Amino acid sequence: MAALIEIERLTKRFGAFTAVDDVSFTVARGEVVGFLGPNGAGKSTTMKMLSGFVTPTAGTARICGKDVVDDPVAAKRSLGYLPEGAPTYPEMTVTGFLDFVARIRGYRGIERKERVEDAIDLTQLEGVRLQPIETLSKGFKRRVGLAQALLHDPPVLVLDEPTDGLDPNQKHEVRQLIRRMAPEKAILISTHILEEVEAVCTRAIIIAGGKVLADDKPSALTPTDKTLEEVFRELTVPAQPEAA
Amino acid sequence: MAAFTVARRELAGYFATPVAYVFIVIFLMMAGALTFTLGGFFARGQADLGPFFTFVPWLFLFLVPALTMRLWAEERRLGTIELLLTLPLPQWQAVLGKFLAAWAFCAIALVLTFPLVLTVNYLGNPDNGVIAAGYLGCLLVAGAFLAIGASMSAMTKNQVIAFVLAVAVCFVFAVAGSPIITEFLSQRLPVLAEVARAVSITERFNSLTRGVIALRDVVFFASFMGFFLFLNAVVIDHRKAD
Repeated sequence: MAALIEIERLTKRFGAFTAVDDVSFTVARGEVVGFLGPNGAGKSTTMKMLSGFVTPTAGTARICGKDVVDDPVAAKRSLGYLPEGAPTYPEMTVTGFLDFVARIRGYRGIERKERVEDAIDLTQLEGVRLQPIETLSKGFKRRVGLAQALLHDPPVLVLDEPTDGLDPNQKHEVRQLIRRMAPEKAILISTHILEEVEAVCTRAIIIAGGKVLADDKPSALTPTDKTLEEVFRELTVPAQPEAA
Repeated sequence: MAAFTVARRELAGYFATPVAYVFIVIFLMMAGALTFTLGGFFARGQADLGPFFTFVPWLFLFLVPALTMRLWAEERRLGTIELLLTLPLPQWQAVLGKFLAAWAFCAIALVLTFPLVLTVNYLGNPDNGVIAAGYLGCLLVAGAFLAIGASMSAMTKNQVIAFVLAVAVCFVFAVAGSPIITEFLSQRLPVLAEVARAVSITERFNSLTRGVIALRDVVFFASFMGFFLFLNAVVIDHRKAD
């Protein structure tokens, strides 16, 4: 079966600086891929290109076979995307915001209400549904962002730091949610938290200086005498001066 | 259409903050005050809304950029532009939706000037067709300024810069046809004098307030808005991630 996420020689240059350098990988249904790397490694830029927000300098990406540059609207229909920092409209209520996203995604009538309710259930936002988003804590805001990405039950999920700003209990819940959804979806998550990779990911990709340095199962990346953290440091510390 | 969903959200957003109320109150107060004082509404002894229509474009010149400065600049600041533009809608629909919301808002502000229409009808027998044409003119000028303001907002993250640029560009199109400019140009660059007259918003607005709804003027305003909205879409496409 074809991979749901296909990234092919993706490159992004900002002036003389190459943020993402010839990155290729695929994610198949049932895989949860952890995207690791130091700050400025090109994780977010790669995800922004995959979501169709940033136009690649070279290369391309496909979501469920739809090219994000040539057929962006079709590609975005199959994608649930949580941008970095989980941006949402602060003056809207949680339900109002999710209803807006559901409308844009083309749901009408009862189905729209059901989608919004399901997303609220899934991310446990029941208690704050009528609150303006700006009055919510960081953890709730992140979950509103997550609810927006899950609303249409997409085959592909791209989550940029989904657990950032959550407390340990909330992190646990989000990881369980990801694990529950994993069998039917292709999921790409970026994170700084290495234990998270070991907890939920079936594969880890380590990127630094815009290049993929490692791509394997978490267990295969870590020889018996080393932790994932040691492997991460070994791979990415020499690459740091170049990125800075 | 997704553009209407975007417009709905935007319009609700205006009323969720004090922006809408401040705008409407200031607009109504200034429009009223200028009409009755500087405009000499009573002293003229004519049953029409001439003085009101004279001032509306100049009020819009400052108020419309205040409305549009946040259109895209705010989305950039909050990062929601990334959310909006990764939802499955064509970019031009997002551009159109934002514009339609702002335009509908200006229409609401104009509708709220209805006491003037009632007053003039109470005092005399005005030609209500001319008044309707004048309102159409106001709406078209608002649309033209909104399209300029929206594209300026797309260019920057900073709302103050967006405001100043929009006022400046709107001003250029507002005064392009004025005698000072056209005479200056016709002495030195006659070709440009014709261009200035052709792109002037004020001249066309004035003929609408006299009750003349000429197809060429309506087409002018439509293509003017179309051009700046197209510019807006191009700028957003190239600079969305900056």
